[in-house]
Amino acid sequence: MIEVLYFAWVRERIGLPRERITTDAATVADLVAQLRDREERYAMAFADLGALRVAVDQELTDFDAPLKGVREVAFFPPMTGG
Amino acid sequence: MAVRVQAEPFDLGAEAAAFAATLSAGRRDIGAVVTFTGVVRDDTGTLQAMEIEHYPGMTAPAIQAMVDQATARWSLADALVIHRYGPMQPGEVIMMVATAAGHRGDAFAAAEFLMDYLKSRAPFWKKEITEGGAHWVAAKDADEAALDRWKP
Repeated sequence: MIEVLYFAWVRERIGLPRERITTDAATVADLVAQLRDREERYAMAFADLGALRVAVDQELTDFDAPLKGVREVAFFPPMTGG
Repeated sequence: MAVRVQAEPFDLGAEAAAFAATLSAGRRDIGAVVTFTGVVRDDTGTLQAMEIEHYPGMTAPAIQAMVDQATARWSLADALVIHRYGPMQPGEVIMMVATAAGHRGDAFAAAEFLMDYLKSRAPFWKKEITEGGAHWVAAKDADEAALDRWKP
């Protein structure tokens, strides 16, 4: 069971801020592929991975990151702090 | 080395004064205090509000890691980062960075480093609400490119 979080326009496109997902995905990219297959709103949110960033257990990483033992994955657009 | 992530407005002058006062309380070797303040800007005259979303749980530790990097890289006596989230009006203070060092070179460089990383690596997202609707502020290529100059 992985807690999946969405922020900014990713959250708006998918329509929820977080959800618990049971998955056998080995990597973030595998999880994205499974999410895309779920519904159109997921396919739209994950249409362009170049426009997305990912954090695994609250650390920025990339889409190749493994999910073994991971509790939390977050998807969001490039950050605009400061 | 303090990091605060909060919704509430803060008093810029009081924070800067408290930062400098704490430093001078115990030592005499600090010759430079640099502060930077980020303010909600309205480029077009149509901005009604800005909303900043963040990633509770990740935000403060991510900023603390940036402060730790800055401390390892420059000779800093102290550093402070305050960053707000939630709704704000044009002209309101969003965030501040303060750095203190023996000499201004270290204080300026560390403050710029922290600003460049806060822009592109701290999990905040700005949404502008205008008369014409709401939109998420896109990250700028220039902000991402600014990180290159800090690479060893």
